[in-house]
Amino acid sequence: MSKKPNELTIIEAARALRAGELTVRALWDACVAAAEAKNPALFAYLEIFPADEAAIAEAQKRIDEEGERAPLLCGIPLAIKDNILIEGKIASAASRMLENYTATYDATVISKLKEAGALFVGRTNMDEFAMGSSTEHSAFGATKNPHDTKRVPGGSSGGSAAAVAAHLCIAALGTDTGGSIRQPAALCGLVGMKPTYGAVSRSGAIAMGSSLDQIGPLAKTAQDAQILFDAIRGKDPLDSTTIPDGLYPAHEVPKTLRIGVPRHLLGESLTAEVRAAFDTTLEKLSAAGHALLDVELPTSGHALAAYYVIMPAEVSTNLARLDGIRYGRFAEGDTLLDDYLHSRTEGFGPETRRRILLGTFVLSSGYIDAYYRKADAARGVLRDEYAKAFEKVDVIAFPTTLAPAFTFGEKSDPISMYLEDIFTVTANLTGMPALSVPMGTAARGGKELPLGIHFTAPHQAEAVLFAAARAVLPA
Amino acid sequence: MVTTEDVKKLAALSRITIDDGELGAFTSEFDAIVAYVGQLEALDVPADLATKKPSLRNVMREDGEPYAPGAFTEKVAAQFSAREGDALAVKQIITHE
Repeated sequence: MSKKPNELTIIEAARALRAGELTVRALWDACVAAAEAKNPALFAYLEIFPADEAAIAEAQKRIDEEGERAPLLCGIPLAIKDNILIEGKIASAASRMLENYTATYDATVISKLKEAGALFVGRTNMDEFAMGSSTEHSAFGATKNPHDTKRVPGGSSGGSAAAVAAHLCIAALGTDTGGSIRQPAALCGLVGMKPTYGAVSRSGAIAMGSSLDQIGPLAKTAQDAQILFDAIRGKDPLDSTTIPDGLYPAHEVPKTLRIGVPRHLLGESLTAEVRAAFDTTLEKLSAAGHALLDVELPTSGHALAAYYVIMPAEVSTNLARLDGIRYGRFAEGDTLLDDYLHSRTEGFGPETRRRILLGTFVLSSGYIDAYYRKADAARGVLRDEYAKAFEKVDVIAFPTTLAPAFTFGEKSDPISMYLEDIFTVTANLTGMPALSVPMGTAARGGKELPLGIHFTAPHQAEAVLFAAARAVLPA
Repeated sequence: MVTTEDVKKLAALSRITIDDGELGAFTSEFDAIVAYVGQLEALDVPADLATKKPSLRNVMREDGEPYAPGAFTEKVAAQFSAREGDALAVKQIITHE
């Protein structure tokens, strides 16, 4: 075996475990050794967990006894974003507010992964409460991009992305409210996928924007991302927003794809390398027999503005529950109101406070029609435009980001940071599944930085989405 | 134009304090964001869409299938900022004076 165990994909590791070339213990040790060696420089993990000996032994036993029938994730070490609850472990959402909060139950995705025999290496760094595109808003320090440690890994699931890219685990879970899985996947050279709204249970995920949030995979290949997605998806009685199979019209996976390209969105703000890599990738797809068609999505230019109304509105509502009384950071004052004020002021970082205030503003009397209701209407228009485009194409393609990974501090004003998500937010607004796949690199300061191509598919057409990913990145 | 007074008011509504030292920078950044999202004003949306019910709504269910009493009490109570037995202790809100 030329690769080290921690460098394997899920499929490669599962095969090696079944062939007896590798033990679960050796795979765990390789991942944890890499994590412990590299985490001081990368800060991908907020915490590396001690080995769960019983789970390791059980996974090995299951592989020995069940062989090919054992789940593919059995014995596979995964990294989990710090806003997903694992019973008995701290889940802080990278915030001082929840620094000492211990999860009292497993998130549904964690229960499903435990049932499949997966192992958890640790909890990964992120922007506080998933608000950011670089992990620079983590209360505990920023994660570095493994491709160039002077640069950000993207965010908010930047710790999960860096952990997978640096082989500090085999694959990871993140959450995506406006691009928080796909943008770090693009900047770290991974496949990152946001499922259809309702495809994956959010029970046990720390809520940010409840009409937008989804949990999804970050992986080294499209096949791995699909394995992880298949393991966590499904209707859940603990999350009433989860949807049954077949809620939306079925989409067969065609032999060749009709790929819609909204060329009117590819303006001057795209960097030259991103444009060149995107064009080259499309040419390759065309040469392989896939059809490229122009599509018009005229309201896309307003998507980010609509997102920055709806998301903060939901953030201010969701984070209102954090007052230091029942759990989380408690800072005592003279009165009960002072307790709230002190706990929330000490507990929340600047970006979180900014978005809570913005949400309070757009929901306030006199502004709710001009901002929130208008944004909600824009969301409906976007959904209709995408639905119309999907009458003639199977997927819609554009670059995931305008540029490769940026340097720390480069986007210190909030709007320049928000623009990182200009292409990714629309899929959250429409609820459609979307993913980012590596598409070449851009050279910066002697380093080759990954770039990503982004595909959106109709609701519940994840199989079509993964087919597009495999077309770009064959196994 | 968002003023420092507006930001202070919003902060009070949000149960957050913005220090005087950071109020200036916070207000100008906030103002820029409000100006950015203000571009939505220029967007024409069909009248029927602007008034129709949102496609996402809260889903309610009947109460039922409770956990066994006490099943989570200790775990939940362990997170309290202050406790008296299994009860959450908070400051007195109403006085009898």
